[in-house]
Amino acid sequence: MSDFSVIGKRTAMVDSSGKATGLGKYADDFSVPGMLIGKILHSPYPHARIKKIDASRALALDGVVAVVTGSDAPNKYGILPVGHDETALAVEKVRYVGDNVACVAAISESIAEKALELIDVEYEPMQAYFDPEDSMKATADLIHPEKPGNVEKDYHHVFGDPDQGFAESDVVIEGRYIANEVTHAAMEPHCTLASFEIDSITGNQGRLTVWSSTQVPYYLQHKLSIVLDMPMSQIRVIKPLVGGGFGAKSEIIPLEIIAAVAARKAQAPVKITYTREEVFWAHRGRPRTIVDLKTGVKKDGSIRAVAARVVQDGGAYCSYGVVTILYSGALLGALYDIPNIRYDGYRVLTNKPACGAMRGHGTVNVRFAFESQLDEAAARIGMDPAAIRNRNLLKPPCLTVNNLRVRSYGLPECIEKVVTGSRWAERKGKLPRGRGLGIACSHYVSGAANSIIRSDMPHSTVNIKVDRDGGVVIYTGASDIGQGSDTMVAQVAAEVLGCSMARIQVIAADTDLTPVDIGSYSSRVTFMNGNATLRAAQAAKKLIAEAVAKRMNCSPEDLIFSGDKVWKKGAAEESVTVAAAAPTVSGHVEGQILRGSVQQKRKDEGVKERMSFEEAVVTAMDIQGTLTGVGSYAPPPDARGGKHKGGGVGPSPAYSYSAQVADVSVDEETGEVTVHKIWAAHDCGRALNPVAVEGQVIGSVWMGLGQALQEEMVWKHGLLMNPSMLEYRSASGVESPDIECYIVESIDPEGPFGAKEASEGSLAAAIPAVANAIFDAVGIRLRESPFTPERVLAALRSKKAGAKKLQLTRNADPENPGSFREHGGSLCFKGKGPIRHALDPAMVRPGTTADAAEEMGGAD
Amino acid sequence: MSKILITLNVNGRAHEIACEPNTLLLDCLRQDLGLTGSKRACDDSSCGACTVQIDGVPMLSCALLAVSCQGQRITTIEGVAEHGSLSALQKAYSDWGGSQCGYCTPGFMMTVNALLSETPDPTDEQIGAALSSNLCRCTGYVQMIQAIKAAIRAEQEGRAAKRA
Repeated sequence: MSDFSVIGKRTAMVDSSGKATGLGKYADDFSVPGMLIGKILHSPYPHARIKKIDASRALALDGVVAVVTGSDAPNKYGILPVGHDETALAVEKVRYVGDNVACVAAISESIAEKALELIDVEYEPMQAYFDPEDSMKATADLIHPEKPGNVEKDYHHVFGDPDQGFAESDVVIEGRYIANEVTHAAMEPHCTLASFEIDSITGNQGRLTVWSSTQVPYYLQHKLSIVLDMPMSQIRVIKPLVGGGFGAKSEIIPLEIIAAVAARKAQAPVKITYTREEVFWAHRGRPRTIVDLKTGVKKDGSIRAVAARVVQDGGAYCSYGVVTILYSGALLGALYDIPNIRYDGYRVLTNKPACGAMRGHGTVNVRFAFESQLDEAAARIGMDPAAIRNRNLLKPPCLTVNNLRVRSYGLPECIEKVVTGSRWAERKGKLPRGRGLGIACSHYVSGAANSIIRSDMPHSTVNIKVDRDGGVVIYTGASDIGQGSDTMVAQVAAEVLGCSMARIQVIAADTDLTPVDIGSYSSRVTFMNGNATLRAAQAAKKLIAEAVAKRMNCSPEDLIFSGDKVWKKGAAEESVTVAAAAPTVSGHVEGQILRGSVQQKRKDEGVKERMSFEEAVVTAMDIQGTLTGVGSYAPPPDARGGKHKGGGVGPSPAYSYSAQVADVSVDEETGEVTVHKIWAAHDCGRALNPVAVEGQVIGSVWMGLGQALQEEMVWKHGLLMNPSMLEYRSASGVESPDIECYIVESIDPEGPFGAKEASEGSLAAAIPAVANAIFDAVGIRLRESPFTPERVLAALRSKKAGAKKLQLTRNADPENPGSFREHGGSLCFKGKGPIRHALDPAMVRPGTTADAAEEMGGAD
Repeated sequence: MSKILITLNVNGRAHEIACEPNTLLLDCLRQDLGLTGSKRACDDSSCGACTVQIDGVPMLSCALLAVSCQGQRITTIEGVAEHGSLSALQKAYSDWGGSQCGYCTPGFMMTVNALLSETPDPTDEQIGAALSSNLCRCTGYVQMIQAIKAAIRAEQEGRAAKRA
């Protein structure tokens, strides 16, 4: 099909053996001599002033080296330039249960833990806000005084003429959808090891080296320089293997800063590793979201207008919030052809851990609402759900109404694949009651066209060094967090240079060694770093080709690089036996390199028609001296979106597309939803490594199913009720359905070899596909996720005449959700809720609302 | 707490270690022996990332005291590679995308390795039951199961080849 030798081949990850043997090193696997262990004291209050911190008893404990508090590093930082609202440790007040108050550095973990108990902190509790719609009414005790009404940011966009669009629609559907909060729960807990060295010139504390589980080493370097008042060049951030991120590690997590602050004060290396509970408190996951959505369609199925009001429960800090709320609106476009859009988005602060970026950033909850409502619209006009999606396709190349540039668009083929695979036409609507099929689509950016820190600088830069041994070393800033970017850059370079993967070494994500790449988030790495690698490899190849061409008496364009060889187009086929019999060049050429006699040898040989890769490299070095290639990538101006306020978020050089069909059954007795199978088709432009693409797509769908079926963060007065893998209900292999993945290749004109993103776009469709399948199975329309047995049962009972209503907490109807319930609708917390200790801060906090009191004291 | 001297047999080698009586086997392996392949991920014995084999039985090293493992054969992920090469299972995990971030992989390896030495040709249900003790957040388990099946096939073909 294609003429590629490495691209498109199923390729094992270049770092997979280290993972399979346990020899690969993650941040927590490192230790350095004299290293101390850091432990963080967290706030027990959701919102309180810190009146006094007294660490003298802790410092007196044998083995404690230092205690740091907010005053040790008061500089504010935040991942977004507009959201610098965090400090390493709380200054003046705490804003959520789990906020960081102090850190102990001690010679062992047990001593550090003991010392935490000896730090005396005096708090003065303040009014706390847990419900975003309540929080927006706040006038006193604001979470950040500079944010009136506790609104981090609100945006109001109108594209086209939505009023006109609704007026010309035959059917207008309105509804409120609620998606509860989920978190990444990557297997590796966050960990940072920070170590200062003493400067040889000044004799004082000098450079800082940080090993951290991060997706964004260069942002970490930048934020460390802000907080520590150090030049960035004095800070080295090394990203070892990272045990999954999903967005959790795409910004600066408090411990990354705290470890450095503690190391500075303790004058010794400090390592901090979060416990699993702390990982849940650090959070930065997908916010609870209220989506009030209105869709207008004509009888022929065409969508005329969409209006969305989105409220996100953002937690106590800005984090990526401004971007999240913008993505929620901007990515209403670019999937279907929607001529008129109105969007009102509110990112609201509450006294809970900050939400941030999570796989499918900003799009997932709105997509759940939209695809569910599109299904309702199809039912109302009597159209097949797959047909209505096909009716509203974009016609690329095009600009959407909100100025997103779409050039490659594999959605039609995605829909076709899953409709065929699931035998949709035969089975949809013909299954017995209790079993159903649902379809949904989604999409995602292949990297943001505008970086967080606005500039015209490239988003990715790559250096390639080719040396006399025929080895190729790629220096890339791309952060491999398990998605396989190291393998991707190796493949791209091998393909361009026509050499084998074995020649390639990847040095990645070390701020001292590798050129800047802004990080692994918004699915940007394959597209942007892949393009930078492509250009760097082409630059190196050009140098080699020019030299070899001279020797072969031809033009560089007439050379073919493939299979570790370079030959002149049309050169006589080398017989297989000769090629096999020839000794490997290494030992052969090496001696000549050292003797420096290779030029002489070449003269003796005369004109050649083909040579090995090593010979070609040495030939080029004769002329060039050194052999390097550099490449960079910046998204083109026409892909950077509209000029309206907030128009910078959403545009991408290319979008991936996904369609899914879910086959589910619903047990009407227990309310349990079982997903039998998901057919998922994903348009990734070109699959550079199909095994990795399938892994990413299946993994996204699986994570979407988690949010659809069982995962949610359950809160009670700002206290997280399920901060563990077991209680958060991360599915094991037994609970996970078969997911069949179809790769659709639309070959993007700008992607490296046509590639686009593969890791996020499929997540969002999984949730509405299941919701739509549940509707098909038993006729209930669940508008609140996840679709737990209690929600399914409550919805079923409310439909059934004479059935006893399920006594969930207030606003429990999952078909018509009102406001958030802290309980998250889980039956185990019905009525009184969990028994609380008398000293539990939630029992003494002021301003307990009537609702909360009723919940706490209400009859069971 | 004062330390005591214990001897652990890990991957066929005896190690004398001074540790506190309440030290977990996981911490002892990672910190005292530098065998960092076994991972800590959940703190409540629900994820299986720390799985090792004690006398061939997969156990959670985060739920065992180091002192209680004296006199037993402890195998960690570092002891699984065969003759300096990847075992069939390890190779299959690489080729089939069985690991992505790889943090859960050592635990899965120890679990599946024990399953396959007990049951060389397991049914889908047996594979599913064995995997249920470990958690992964990346793969959705689909490619992992493909990898395990590929490893079983490779083992069978290898054995058949040897016979022939």
